[in-house]
Amino acid sequence: MSLDKSDIERIAHLARLDISEQEVPEYATSISSILSLIDQMQATDTDGVLPLAHPLDAVQRLRKDEVSESNQRERLQQNAPAIEDGLFLVPRVIE
Amino acid sequence: MFNLTLTELATRLAQGDFSSVELTQAYLDRIQALDSQYNSFITLAADSALEQAKLADELRKKGQVGLLSGLPIAHKDLFCTAGLKTSCGSKMLDNFISPYNATLVERLNQAGAVTLGKTNMDEFAMGSSNESSYYGPVRNPWDTDRVPGGSSGGSAAAVAARLVPACTGSDTGGSIRQPAALCGITGLKPTYGRISRYGMVAYASSFDQAGPMTRSAEDAALMLQVMAGLDPLDSTSADQPVPDYRAHLNDSLAGLKIGLPKEYFAEGLDPGIAQQVQAAIQEFERMGAQVKEVSLPNTELCIPAYYILAPAEASSNLSRFDGVRYGYRCESPVDLEDLYKRSRGEGFGSEVKRRIMVGTYALSEGFYDAYYRKAQQIRRMIQQDFLTVLKDVDVIMAPTTPQPAFKLGEKNSDPVAMYMEDIYTLSLNLAGLPGMSIPCGQSQGLPVGLQIIGSYFSEAKLLNIAHQFQLATDWHQQSPAGL
Amino acid sequence: MEWETVIGLEIHAQLSTRTKIFSGASTAFGAEPNTQACAIDLALPGTLPVVNENALRMAVMFGLAVNAEIGKRSVFDRKNYFYPDLPKGYQTTQLAEPIVGAGYIDITLDDGETRRVRIHHAHLEEDAGKSLHEDFHGMSGIDLNRAGTPLIEIVSEPDMRSAKEASAYARKIHAIITTLGICDGNMAEGSMRCDCNVSVRPKGSPTLGTRTELKNINSFRFIERAIETEVARQIDLIEDGGRVIQETRLYDPDKNETRSMRSKEEANDYRYFPCPDLLPVIIDDSYIADIQKSLPELPDARKQRFIDEYQLSEYDAGVLSTYRPQADYFESVAKHTQDAKLSANWITGELAKHLNQHDIDITACPVSTEQLSGLLLRIQDETLTGKIAKTVFEVMWNDGGSADEIIEAKGLKQVTDSAAIEAIVDQVIASCTAQVEQYIAAEPDKRGKMLGFFMGQVMKLSQGKANPGQVQGLMKQKLDALT
Repeated sequence: MSLDKSDIERIAHLARLDISEQEVPEYATSISSILSLIDQMQATDTDGVLPLAHPLDAVQRLRKDEVSESNQRERLQQNAPAIEDGLFLVPRVIE
Repeated sequence: MFNLTLTELATRLAQGDFSSVELTQAYLDRIQALDSQYNSFITLAADSALEQAKLADELRKKGQVGLLSGLPIAHKDLFCTAGLKTSCGSKMLDNFISPYNATLVERLNQAGAVTLGKTNMDEFAMGSSNESSYYGPVRNPWDTDRVPGGSSGGSAAAVAARLVPACTGSDTGGSIRQPAALCGITGLKPTYGRISRYGMVAYASSFDQAGPMTRSAEDAALMLQVMAGLDPLDSTSADQPVPDYRAHLNDSLAGLKIGLPKEYFAEGLDPGIAQQVQAAIQEFERMGAQVKEVSLPNTELCIPAYYILAPAEASSNLSRFDGVRYGYRCESPVDLEDLYKRSRGEGFGSEVKRRIMVGTYALSEGFYDAYYRKAQQIRRMIQQDFLTVLKDVDVIMAPTTPQPAFKLGEKNSDPVAMYMEDIYTLSLNLAGLPGMSIPCGQSQGLPVGLQIIGSYFSEAKLLNIAHQFQLATDWHQQSPAGL
Repeated sequence: MEWETVIGLEIHAQLSTRTKIFSGASTAFGAEPNTQACAIDLALPGTLPVVNENALRMAVMFGLAVNAEIGKRSVFDRKNYFYPDLPKGYQTTQLAEPIVGAGYIDITLDDGETRRVRIHHAHLEEDAGKSLHEDFHGMSGIDLNRAGTPLIEIVSEPDMRSAKEASAYARKIHAIITTLGICDGNMAEGSMRCDCNVSVRPKGSPTLGTRTELKNINSFRFIERAIETEVARQIDLIEDGGRVIQETRLYDPDKNETRSMRSKEEANDYRYFPCPDLLPVIIDDSYIADIQKSLPELPDARKQRFIDEYQLSEYDAGVLSTYRPQADYFESVAKHTQDAKLSANWITGELAKHLNQHDIDITACPVSTEQLSGLLLRIQDETLTGKIAKTVFEVMWNDGGSADEIIEAKGLKQVTDSAAIEAIVDQVIASCTAQVEQYIAAEPDKRGKMLGFFMGQVMKLSQGKANPGQVQGLMKQKLDALT
């Protein structure tokens, strides 16, 4: 599978990554070579094989519905780039 | 002092030969004096380390001694440490001070360990050479023109250079074992779920597993004893009893059945490594082990499956780095999309962006079945290969890496060549099995790692085997020239 | 051309758990911004989810209440997209293996006809935070208190054929979730939100037309109006030679129009995949059976019982069984007064009128069941006329107090003393000579109607307190004696 410029731009947009014009060909080449490595698996017959999502055959544990967290706003917002009145600020969200 | 293992240091502290404050200060001085050659630390936590050491000394006087009381260690910089920078080797988190401790950090603190600092790593644990770190590459103490391996390269180099007796690491495709092999130290990747992932910044959730990186198997057992166990905060942590790992170190290996997968001794393996691994196997035979050839027929599918599944999980796991609540935010974003794209575009390095894009592509509409689902099916086939073999033998042994440490820059421009570095290690992450790398010789003057692979939750067995080998040989005691 | 409307609903109901679906932070409504968003809700690096058992339990309760298959194995998936109110960059939801499978409910329409609406499935997921658009120097503020609140999304089949059916379905779902106590049902606060998928097709056509999705409608009335408006728009569009495009539209209740939300409409590719931080949720038959046993009486069953046990009309039983607090209120009053019909009339009449006027939920009703029962007992024993009872009720509503206290304080007791009544009757006959003459002159079969005038005069003079039965008897007797 070989990716072109528009594929890279589409993926970069989906992943919200700013990729410069100059970087696009480099990514197209390296990702295409990774995909051709990956495409080796296409020849393998996997019919009837159950997909494995998790290595251990374990089951979800459930948590009791009890409040365990107190208000830690100040501490948790110490790393925030922009805060006002306890809110995280972002460029205007248009609905 | 710097050549003593964690276990030996524990004895010396108990005997009162020196205090934890003295020990800690000595290591801090050594790091400051030598680490400019290796770049193995991102953050040195001198003040808090000395406080922890002082507290450990005081508690010891009162008779309160934990398994790791007063012993200096360092954490790979993807474990959240309250009050310390947790960067993941990325510009994205260069300004991130974690408000909380990872469960593993909390457990080690409770046991009395002293955190000297945070070690360098490939950005977001994506890499096999430690060249993708925002903080610059780490250099291998055996030859500073060479890489230490990755992604836990800082931890491996720091232990090899005797800058710290033990470190934590994490292993998603070989990130503990491969640098341990390249730096001549002991590294253990436990069974998936053995150690809590809570507070370990995620790369690929169903692969990531923390583990100890030490100078000996005995030390690894000591560290694992503290690190392992169920964590209610991690749904995927295993509800399995934690055995006394040190109790079985001296069990006899007579009758041990070792399988050698023929696919791991095929083309591409450095002859020096092949020779050293064979020599190690003979050592086990002398101890009474039986060796047979086995087959893991789907080995060549490991890299394709891994490089779909791990990047797919990563592409989603790394979406939270968006410049809104923490981490890097671009200058004056004009709108929301600009905020996202530039914060992420500028905050992530090229290998991270590449894997995010590969993962995004694999999950995108129309490709899911051909890539993601197919890779999950292959994942099961690979797991089945191992389970079948492990019915027949107790452990599997193989080289950890196909080559010894390579030169800085040698593979950096070719991601596919770099990915091949993990060819012997990432199969275990696909299967979730435990594996260890221990030093077993040298090739071209560089350390060689022997990989020991066991069944689920067989860490005690692996540590026993490694310890017996280290009693019979002294490869693990070799140190880089001049250290 | 005659058109047929096809409607399917997606209802999001916030579950009334104490804590979030994946964290131990409180879900209480109305807290200061971000004070109920813990490290997990903020998606700090390294944090992990653990499933809230109560959320699972509530989803199973819903499934059992709508005759659905319960997923004994259910799986959480990630839906990936970037939005500032979505801290992880993905929503944890269920796609392929939801907790509730196919089910159905029966709705009763205004004409008394019953229609079955099939439920495709219902799944658990997490709510997002909120974007606040007050002006923060041209920025938006993000409050993540709501992020991680458990939701159940109930997806119907496209089985509804009119706006009325859609709102009847929504009301029924509302009745079920509030009866189960799994959601407070407050649509104004967003506890229950409704998306309507609407399309039209020529009557008799077997294929579905292109649908549009009307987002986040927050009242039953708006469901009807939004659908009616959208149906009219689609029909106009098609009849004018246009084509409906599949898109998300927003209903504006002020302008009574729907408009396209193009900003959100860019090609979405959610890259769903199973969440690797969570494991499959497995429940067994006994877990389901325990929940089945603990289910409260559901609206349909209660309606039938109201008909059987209290001899209520189909209509009254339907109205009173829909909302559990109201149904409980009714039963309490009916038991007290032993007069179901009188209780039903007052609760669906005077009480409902007051609650509506003041926009108060019955759970916050200022008149308790004891107070209302006390009032109705005084009607039953003829202490109060119906008319005076309304005055007493008004006082009760505004100032509190029991019926007896109010009657005593205001001297509202009904006059049943026949001598006193006779005196008033005589006074009226004496003062209304013209009307008495007309009565005498009238044909006997017309006189009944004329009696009303004299009754009114007596009630006026007695300030409404004279017992109407006694007045009527005596007045007729006295007037007829004059003819």
